[in-house]
Amino acid sequence: MNNSRRRFLQIAGVSALGLGAKPVLDAFAAGGGEGPGFHVARGEDALDAKQWAMVIDTRQLQSSADLEPIVEACHKVHNVPTTIVNKNHEIKWIWEAHYHNAFTDKTNPFLNESVEHRPFLLLCNHCENPPCVRACPTKATFKRERDGIVLMDFHRCIGCRFCMAACPFGARSFNFRDPRPFIQETNKQFPTRAKGVVEKCNFCAERLAVGKMPACVEASNGAIAFGDLYDEHSEVRELLKENYTIRRKQTLGTEPAVYYIV
Amino acid sequence: MLELAVKGNKWYWGWMVVLLGVIGAGFGLYLMQLKFGLGITGMSRDVSWGFYIANFTYLVGVAAGGVMVVLPFYLHDYKAYGKITILGEFLAIAAIVMCLLFILVDLGVPTRALNVLLYPTLNSVLFYDAIVLNGYLFLNLVIGWNVLEAERNGVHYQSWLKPLIYISIPWAVSIHTVTAYLYCGLPGRHFWLTAVLAPRFLASAFAAGPALLILLCLFIRRFTNFDPGRQQIQTLAKTVAYAICINVFFFLCEIFVAFYSQIPGHMDHIKYLFVGLHGHGVLVPWMWASMILMTVGIVLTVTPATRKNETSLAIACIVIIMGTWIDKGLGMISGGFVPNPMHEVNEYIPTLPEIGITLGVYAMGALVLTVLYKMAVGVKEEVHG
Amino acid sequence: MKDKKKILVGLAVFIAAITFPFWYNMGKAAPAPEVELTAKAKAAKVCVMPTAYMQANHMQLLDVWRHKVTRNGERMFVNADGKMFNMSLSNTCLDCHSNYEQFCARCHNYASVSPYCWDCHIDNPKGE
Repeated sequence: MNNSRRRFLQIAGVSALGLGAKPVLDAFAAGGGEGPGFHVARGEDALDAKQWAMVIDTRQLQSSADLEPIVEACHKVHNVPTTIVNKNHEIKWIWEAHYHNAFTDKTNPFLNESVEHRPFLLLCNHCENPPCVRACPTKATFKRERDGIVLMDFHRCIGCRFCMAACPFGARSFNFRDPRPFIQETNKQFPTRAKGVVEKCNFCAERLAVGKMPACVEASNGAIAFGDLYDEHSEVRELLKENYTIRRKQTLGTEPAVYYIV
Repeated sequence: MLELAVKGNKWYWGWMVVLLGVIGAGFGLYLMQLKFGLGITGMSRDVSWGFYIANFTYLVGVAAGGVMVVLPFYLHDYKAYGKITILGEFLAIAAIVMCLLFILVDLGVPTRALNVLLYPTLNSVLFYDAIVLNGYLFLNLVIGWNVLEAERNGVHYQSWLKPLIYISIPWAVSIHTVTAYLYCGLPGRHFWLTAVLAPRFLASAFAAGPALLILLCLFIRRFTNFDPGRQQIQTLAKTVAYAICINVFFFLCEIFVAFYSQIPGHMDHIKYLFVGLHGHGVLVPWMWASMILMTVGIVLTVTPATRKNETSLAIACIVIIMGTWIDKGLGMISGGFVPNPMHEVNEYIPTLPEIGITLGVYAMGALVLTVLYKMAVGVKEEVHG
Repeated sequence: MKDKKKILVGLAVFIAAITFPFWYNMGKAAPAPEVELTAKAKAAKVCVMPTAYMQANHMQLLDVWRHKVTRNGERMFVNADGKMFNMSLSNTCLDCHSNYEQFCARCHNYASVSPYCWDCHIDNPKGE
């Protein structure tokens, strides 16, 4: 009696588990594929590259006033909340830094003065070998094979912040609270983020898809060049050929795709 | 066997009510966090992991520490531990429950937690951590429960448990190794970027876990009719003594590498923790306290007289638990994030709601542990009493 | 089985409690809501896919869209009639269906689902 009742409960429990799992299995079986009669394609104006890269000519950006419109253009077009007072909760996609904070491994005690006092633009490096992508447990951040951009899928991010620990450049911000009240002027064509997800520069993937250059590049009056790192005739490659450039912490092997002419 | 846990005196039920109260308060604060976001914690853009992950790391160690009774009994046939392996296994269960809860409360979007399984990502250490932690929980539940039930029924445990028991031993090592790998594989975080991190984690785990187990054994002997045994406690004390020495040795290895090589990136974090950096040093008194506590722990556990005296042994266990908790809980996580990748110093201090949620999780673990130990002790009293 | 009575009473209470929502709501089924179309949506006559498909499958379609756009950089949607659309929840769907309360919310409330699309995506992007 005792035994058979236990047996019954065991079987009932396992069956309940099985029934519970069925919809999940069905959902897996049904996933993917294109629906009835439709297909998707790249836009006709979309810009392509093997690896998008950026060259920032810091000689042309001598003061904070030169950087301000660039930072503002980015933050405006992407609905980055700029009026958060608590510094702990700050969100930034592109920002200004001193030389010795930007290039921590290249801080000579006696530096060229104009370089030392110049402001530097920092943003996600869209590394060719990104440690944040390696760390993400859900592929919410991923390196897009099509063009090398390190992107965020905000729908998938669980907010574990492993990517923030993994990034050696401090390029990532976390939404510690709902960002909407802190967006100065909303760009209604672009989504905001919700609380609990990580965000960062997306190299303006949404603009490249419709044939436009990134917002910061457009706002830089030619100080920032953008192009394909693996097209030897691209603007960035021409600049890299003609100028001595540095990158942030390249000894870590992440291969940043943002180059600085000093 | 659960029926053993619903019979208890007024102290037992009073304790349960207190725990439920703390859990309730923690849950209320967690609802607040769900509504507002993780902004109610002290975490920041620079110190993006805080108290939750620190306590998670510490408790993975406590869980792994349980293996220090399982291994000698099953691999070396050290019969004396037969009496208390169940205590090690059940302690591991409670610790893992807390670990999983700490991960959950740390997530920005906990409703998407299952994305980790829905989009399994083989290159992410967190994916493996989820697997080894849940696996270890499962192993200990199955092994602990069945072995205890067999003991109650006066029979040998089922033979199919044997392979699971053997698997559980390296598995215990794996949970803390993988947890260390969460940190030590990240470029640009020099404090963690050291091959000795996983061994160091294990050393502190094998000190803290058995130390807690000794305290629990002493408690059980005092307040129940089951005596875990003097010999058992003394052997555990030797394990603690070795492990805490090795832990401090590994730490000194870190100090040597950083300060003999004089690489600033390696020295800065340690300087921040022990003497402060650029005028910031909230953790300085804590870290020195940790060093003193661990040293006292070494003296008390290595010296035969104080190890054999159960009062001084209990004190040693308490100071070792406190010392390793500060070392691994407070220092290890904050220390890795300060200074930040731009060499700026932004410190971290947990907020009250954050501490409240943490206490709620600990109360949950204590509740699980109480129920499991009540069962285990109940069976032991029936069998040996 | 000396606890037979207790068990039966317990079972009865359990069944009563678990079926309570059904008894409570019996005969009170809310009528399916009518959704309102904006002038723009009316003028367009047809959505990106036939209406019946959209009613049943818009969430699956949006899932395909978000996957293709964020992960593959493919932004053009071509339906069975060969008509092209920009795959954007804000700029295509919510531009036409700019009346959240009368269109989206009515049905979602009725079905008791609360998708969080609007936490990030802004409805009525042109602000009409």
